[in-house]
This record gives sequence, structure tokens and C-alpha cells, in this order.
Amino acid sequence: MLKRFLLIGKVQIGLAIIAVFTLVAIFGPWFSSTVLAMSPQDVDYQHLTGGPPDSTHWLGTTSQGQDVLSWMLHGTRTSMLVGFASAIIGTVLTIVIGAWAGFSGGLADKILNGAILVFGNFPTFALLFIVAAAFQNANWLLVSIVIGGIEWSGGARQIRAQTMSLRGRDFTTALRTVGESRARIILVEVMPHLLGVISPLFLGLIAAGVNQQAALAFLGIGNPSEPSWGLMINWAMTQNALFRGLWWWFVPPGLALCLIGFATTMVNFGLDEITNPTLSSKRMKLMRIFLRDKARRTAAQAPQEVAVR
Amino acid sequence: MRRPRRTWTGRLAGLSFLGQRLALYAVVAIASVLLNFILPRFMPGDPATQMIREITNRTGAPPSGYQTRLIKARYGDPDRPLALQFWDYISQLFKGDLGVSAQYYPITVTEMIGKALPWTLYLAIFSTILGWIVGTYLGARLGWKPGRRLDAIVTPVSMFFSSIPAFWLGLLIVWYFAYTHGWFPNQGAYDNSLDIDLLSPSFLLSVLHHGALPFFTLIIVGFARWLFSMRNMMITTVNEDYVQLARAKGLAQNRIRNRYAARNALLPNFTGLAQSMGGALTAVILAETVFIYPGIGSLLTGAQAARDYPIMQGVMLMVIFASLLFNFIADSVYVLLDPRTREAN
Repeated sequence: MLKRFLLIGKVQIGLAIIAVFTLVAIFGPWFSSTVLAMSPQDVDYQHLTGGPPDSTHWLGTTSQGQDVLSWMLHGTRTSMLVGFASAIIGTVLTIVIGAWAGFSGGLADKILNGAILVFGNFPTFALLFIVAAAFQNANWLLVSIVIGGIEWSGGARQIRAQTMSLRGRDFTTALRTVGESRARIILVEVMPHLLGVISPLFLGLIAAGVNQQAALAFLGIGNPSEPSWGLMINWAMTQNALFRGLWWWFVPPGLALCLIGFATTMVNFGLDEITNPTLSSKRMKLMRIFLRDKARRTAAQAPQEVAVR
Repeated sequence: MRRPRRTWTGRLAGLSFLGQRLALYAVVAIASVLLNFILPRFMPGDPATQMIREITNRTGAPPSGYQTRLIKARYGDPDRPLALQFWDYISQLFKGDLGVSAQYYPITVTEMIGKALPWTLYLAIFSTILGWIVGTYLGARLGWKPGRRLDAIVTPVSMFFSSIPAFWLGLLIVWYFAYTHGWFPNQGAYDNSLDIDLLSPSFLLSVLHHGALPFFTLIIVGFARWLFSMRNMMITTVNEDYVQLARAKGLAQNRIRNRYAARNALLPNFTGLAQSMGGALTAVILAETVFIYPGIGSLLTGAQAARDYPIMQGVMLMVIFASLLFNFIADSVYVLLDPRTREAN
């Protein structure tokens, strides 16, 4: 299932976008300090009131003369870091709780499923806001822990359902009769079958983490000394970028957020095509070609039939 | 199609489903109240003392003994056992008392929320419904003939629309339509020189004029999810036997699409509508901040900047309760519309 998932064009586009941002997150700050020789905090006194993109500042400057491009490069690192960290935390919780509930059954399943339901019915952002706002100047790790600790329930439900169906299969029964430990059965034998579900979940959680962090930072929650996309938008708004028309300040971070969101939508659509084959774009194309050929064939045959008669 | 008969057992099954959901929501509500109780008590620093200091700074005098007691009841009093504190907290909450704003002392949180809530609900409800209509209609059109040119253009475009953060799109729209061209006001919900009078046409016009940009933003961001779910449901429905039968009977295409296929494909979108209101509140809260709209969102941002915990907690508790209420409405609609939940036995 994982292979089929990776072969869909939409999924590849989504993965490529996430990969590009990951590379920028890794090498961006280095690029900013060596090639551009600038840091987000550096002030260019020639452009103190905010200048449009030019040859020294490729994406322009902020209203305080700081370089927007190095803000973006450093911001990508924080945003992606929160995305990955929260996705890892969320995925681990998803797997542990979902697989445990699905595999053990009985009372443990009842309790865990209750937890899944309760978390699934919380309005995520409200919960996130309350918890994150309780900490003053929460750093990226804290924000990631909060996001990952809240976002796991949707995936856990899927994993639970998958594990429940795997538990009844012959191969797990056979392993149990041989006397394998439950942990080994889950981790070594069942887990590979879950990868097809887990990988899109993980990608979805990255984008969710990036977007939630951006929304929090936009509302002013988080550490103001860590540049991130949401923080850029927040500062642009609070420092009158709209009134002064400094569009180059708030357009790039928002576009980055859109692209990350777009990547997940693509991945989810790809997943839909696997789970619901009627939606497959490849199938639809084949259908269209078939119908066209059939129409052509009947059109070609019709005069011949008349001639035979 | 013959209507399935509504039997007593069917009604009972529906009711027990609703009862289960209600129990679940009760647990969520209790959990969020507990969280609101616990968080300030485990936070680094002592919020109660901090708040009393804040109020003293703002008003020039320490709050009265009664107010001090109330603040300590709400945000933790190191000298009182936790169980008793919890009792105080719950009994205050049941009286509808959410505390006093630290920032606008001595205005109560309930009063501030009461002032802001109507604007937020107005934005949330109408933008959701309008987005729903646009998305469902387009989805029905696209799903009827998937893979055609219209589908190939509109579907990816709306995919991109759906991933735009509402607050950022709002920023672009305000910058372009309000600041650059001045076609629309850049903040507020109505013209401040007018009195609030729901019957005066000039007041209503100014409300519409001020609401145009927020509505536009929320609809653009919100319509796509309805489009996708409707499109996908239509694709599945179009191949059903009863739709083929309608085709075989030679009914007009429009009639088959609207009365046969779309009618059944609509069900998930109907239940989704009520369910989405909780999420819509979040989008509205974020977008309001950009438009400086006097709703819950602006209240929340102001409170966050001033670290006004009573308001933040009150607003969030209210948002959670509101979305639980909408979820319950969704469940009830689901039981009413989908016979399968009634005929479970």
C-alpha cells in the first residue's frame, strides 16, 4: 500500500513541496549567514523605513530595515522544526495508543477508545490556545509538544481500526500460538502493514503542526526571539505594514503556509484515490479513453452493418 | 422511493445513539472545565498574585476584599486545599460567573463576551452557510461529470484555496481593497458615527459594507471542503442503480442531477454543516483579528497581548461549549436524516 501511495502523481507533488521546505529549513540559515552575510536581526540603515525587493535585499526589508529573506530562511527553520517535532510526537502517540487499543481489546480498548473520542471532540485550536497561552514565551519545543499532544486522536482512530482487523488475521493468530510476545507481534509483524496508513498521517501532522504554530504565533503566542512565518505575519500586521503598503513583508510567509497546506491536500487526495478507487484520476482517464474509443468504433461499424444488410 | 416506516425500536435506537453522544460531550465539557481549573494552578508563577498586582497598577488601588477572594477562588490560593478551591470554582461557574477582566477591571468577562459574541456568531453562521451553498453547488456540478475540463480547472484551484490560512488571506484582502483602494472600510463592524439600531437602513447598510471583506475571506477559505465532499459523493452516487434507472427512463439531465443524484449525495454535507461550526469559529476568530472586527477574536487577541487570563479562559470555554453544542445539533440532524441510525436493530 505504501508503494502504491508513493506512485500517485499528487502524492509526489505534495512530497516534493515538503522536501523543498525541509531543505530550506536545514540549509537556509547557513545560506543567510554565508552568502547573504545577514541575520534577521541586522538592521540596514539605508532602508530603515522598509524598501521593496532589490539587489541587496532580494525580498525587501521590514519597517525596521531588517532583511525579509533572512527572516524567511530562519523562519522556515522554526516553522518546519515545529512541524516535524509535533508530527513525530503526534505520530508516536497515534501509533502507541491506536495500536495498543486495537490489539488488546477488552477494558484497555474501552478506556483508550474513550480517550480517543474525548480528544477527537475537543475543538483543537481552542484547547491548543488555552494550554499554549498558559506558558509565557513558550519556545518551539514546548509549542510542538502541546500541538503533538493534542493532534493525535484522528490518526489513532484509524490505526485502531486497522489493528483490530489485523488482529483477527491468521498470521497474528499463528504468531500468538507460537508464543511470540505481544510487543514483538505489534512492532515487528503488524507495524509494516500499518505503514500505508501512518505515512500520510505523518505528512498531515507536519502541515497541521506548521499551520497551528503559525496561527498561535500570529496571535502572539510563542517566543518572540524565534523567527517563524506566523511571527512575521504578526509583526507585519502590528507594525503597520498594511498601512505603509509593505506587501513583500507579509506575502512570502503566507505563501509558504499555503504551499505546505496545498502539499497535504495533495497527499490526502492521493490517499482518497487508494481507499476509494472510484475517485482515482487514472481510472477516470481510462474510462474516458474507453468511452471515446467505443464511440469511435460504433461510428465506424455502423455504415458497414448497413452495407452487409 | 417509499419512506421507511418510523418504528418505536427505530426511535429508541436513534435516542440511544444521541444519549451516547451526549455523554461523550459531557465528558469533554467536564475535561475542559478541569483543564481551565488546573492550568493556572500549575503554571510557573502565581497568577492570582500577578493579577491582583495588575489590577492595583491599573486602578491605583488594590481590589476589594470580595474581589480578592473571587480572584483567588479562580486562579489558585496557596492557603486553601485544592478540593475546596475546586468547589468554589464550580459553584462560581454554575452561576454563570466567569470572573472579572484584569485589563478592563471591573467589567465582568460575561459582559465582555456578551458584547462580542453576536458579531462573531453573525460572521460565523452566515459565512459558513454561504460557503456551504457555493461549495455544494459547485461540487454537485463537478461530480456529475468528473474529469471534464471544468473539473480539471476548478478542483485544483479550490485545493489551493482551501489551504490558504484565513488570517493571511484577510491581510491581503484588507491591504488591497481597504488600504490601497479604499473601497471598503479597514476596520470595525459598522460606522461608529451611527447609533446601533437594527431597524435603521443606514445602520444595516454600514454593517453590510463593513462585513463584506470578512465574509469574502471566510467564504473563499471555507467553500472548498464542501466542494470536495460533494464532488466525491456525487461521483459515487452517479453510478448507483436508481440514477441509471432515471437515465433509462429518459428524464432530463438536470432533473436526474438535482432530484436523484445530488439529493442523496447531500447527506454527508448536511451533517457536516453543523459539525463544521466549531472549526468555523476558529477561522472567524483568526480572521476577525485582521479586520479589527469587534468580535470574540479581537477580544481574545487583546486579552492575549495584555495577558488577561480571565478573558482568555472565558472565551475558550465558551468556544468549546459552542462547538460541542453544534456537534450535538449535527448528531441530531444525522439521526433525523439517515434512516440507518434509526433502523440499527
